[in-house]
Amino acid sequence: MAKRIDIEDLDIYYGDFKAVEGVNLAIEPKSVTAFIGPSGCGKSTVLRSINRLHEVIPGAYTEGKVLLEGDDIYAPDVDPVNIRGLIGMVFQRPNPFPTMSIYDNVVAGLKLDRSKAKGKSLDDVVEKSLRGANLWEEVKDRLAKPGAGLSGGQQQRLCIARAIAVEPQVLLMDEPASALDPISTLAIEDLVHELKRNYTIVIVTHNMQQAARVSDTTAFFNLAGIGQPGKLVESGPTETIFTSPKERATEDYISGRFG
Amino acid sequence: MSVTDRDDAEVLEGLSSQLAMKTLPRFAAGYSALIAAALTAVIVALTPAQGIAGSLVILFLLYMVVQTGWSFAVEGRRFAVDRLATTLVTTMFMIALAALVWIITSVVIRGLSSFSVDFLTSTMRNVSPLREGGGLLHALVGTLEQVGMAALIAVPISILVAIYLVEYGRGKLSTWVTFFVDVMTGVPSIVAGLFIYTFWVLTFGFERSGFAASLALTILMIPVIVRSTEEMLKIVPNDLREASYALGVPKWKTILRIVIPTAFGGIVTGIMLSIARVAGETAPLLLTTFLSQSMNGNLMAGPQASIPTFVWDQISSGTPASIDRAWAGALVLILVVVIFYGLARLVAKLTAPASE
Ligand SMILES: Nc1ncnc2c1ncn2[C@@H]1O[C@H](COP(=O)(O)OP(=O)(O)OP(=O)(O)O)[C@@H](O)[C@H]1O
Ligand SMILES: [Mg+2]
Repeated sequence: MAKRIDIEDLDIYYGDFKAVEGVNLAIEPKSVTAFIGPSGCGKSTVLRSINRLHEVIPGAYTEGKVLLEGDDIYAPDVDPVNIRGLIGMVFQRPNPFPTMSIYDNVVAGLKLDRSKAKGKSLDDVVEKSLRGANLWEEVKDRLAKPGAGLSGGQQQRLCIARAIAVEPQVLLMDEPASALDPISTLAIEDLVHELKRNYTIVIVTHNMQQAARVSDTTAFFNLAGIGQPGKLVESGPTETIFTSPKERATEDYISGRFG
Repeated sequence: MSVTDRDDAEVLEGLSSQLAMKTLPRFAAGYSALIAAALTAVIVALTPAQGIAGSLVILFLLYMVVQTGWSFAVEGRRFAVDRLATTLVTTMFMIALAALVWIITSVVIRGLSSFSVDFLTSTMRNVSPLREGGGLLHALVGTLEQVGMAALIAVPISILVAIYLVEYGRGKLSTWVTFFVDVMTGVPSIVAGLFIYTFWVLTFGFERSGFAASLALTILMIPVIVRSTEEMLKIVPNDLREASYALGVPKWKTILRIVIPTAFGGIVTGIMLSIARVAGETAPLLLTTFLSQSMNGNLMAGPQASIPTFVWDQISSGTPASIDRAWAGALVLILVVVIFYGLARLVAKLTAPASE
């Protein structure tokens, strides 16, 4: 079920402002790809254009191609709603639905689209997803309680459970651990390791150690200057990027000389 | 005990006296009030200033001067200003509260004198203004029907408009819609009544009826509900919308199942406030359905009574019995609004997100 993604000549705009330019990147199935780079270089922007969430911002659009297993998700006859069902996303800030219980949060995607829920026992989906997100033991006795009543780290794992409950083929994670303590962070990193067996994962992180620990491939983005579009400087196996990058900028960034 | 230990102690002592500052005694406000009261007594005794209201104003002004001056002398400028502002805010609040309490107690006390089960179950049919008795069942029914119908029309329209403005509206059309909603907010209620009278009755030739009244009330309700719903939808965090989209949920479903439930409590409150506002309207009803002394349950035909026009009618009869009935009518109107409000809070609470 994991699928590959190929980004070809992607330019991303916010109205007149070109935020990202000329991205070419292959994302392998059943692997973890880390996006690193200084703040404002367009990591989130690229991530959000992989599931067509970028375009919900007024005036925002993209040019170029994003291929999901060879099919362009930006082709004119493609419905973005379907794409988002195939490519799930976990956000930087935990955002469980405040009106819903823990249980309902997990199955929100299924309940809101009944065709996805067909022939499935919701109870099973809840247990499986929460186990997958490493949260089951902590919440199994209070599934009917509101999701907003969990701790920040638990909420983030709840959001991960919600994202994997719809069984996407790709999972995008935008700094999923940036607001969490080291223990929750490790829990999420372990989770990423496990999820890798079934999903294609793209993760944005500001934490170099985290990128080194969890990812197979690393893509380094950078800004040429203020007001200039962000660019993909280089990408490759994480080990290569961290030990012998081709570009000077990558080396400087990783060794902490700037950014 | 070493030398440095003693030094530390001295330093600490010096510090605490540097940080501590002079303050007024704990009951400074009470003392100020006493001084102000004494001064007021002197002023009233020695000058032509007389009367309770005048004395109170003098007392209040003196109180502010005494307390602020005292505080300024002892505590300094910042604390003096703080006390002044606190006094002003508290006083204004109490004045507003006093007005409210006064209105409600006088309506309740005067209204209760002729309030009875009979009053709720009979009409004014064949009751002379001079006699006691009669009731407002016909007016209660009229108000419930007119306001209910107005809400039935206004609520869906307003909520859809608000959803359009917040979730979809871009560019010219939404600017114009916002502009018209603003203008509608400022329409005096009698103009709304005239408008419906001119179009519904004079131009289209329908008869005056409770329904025409509902239409006028609808005009008054729409801007209030649109505005409040808009505000409530705007404070739903965008994160939630995006979280829903990211699950592959279409936009309309996201609005229906995520955004509106999140904002539900606030939306209901806004609707209730608009109902409370129009339930007491009199002028537009006189123009569109006039009033009636007997029961007319048919919203679509003939003049229909309502509580505000009942009160107006009883007051204009001017006899002791009818003025009593007017007060009882006002009491019922307040009760109706309060009951509605309570019900709405209940609904909002039952449907609210289960919070910790
Ligand atoms: N909604 C928006 N409207 C206009 N410009 C935006 C918007 N969101 C982001 N941008 C701009 O796009 C550029 C890239 O932003 P993006 O959020 O992708 O950066 P990032 O690499 O994720 O940064 P960070 O590490 O701080 O999250 C920035 O210049 C930013 O100002
Ligand atoms: Mg970002």
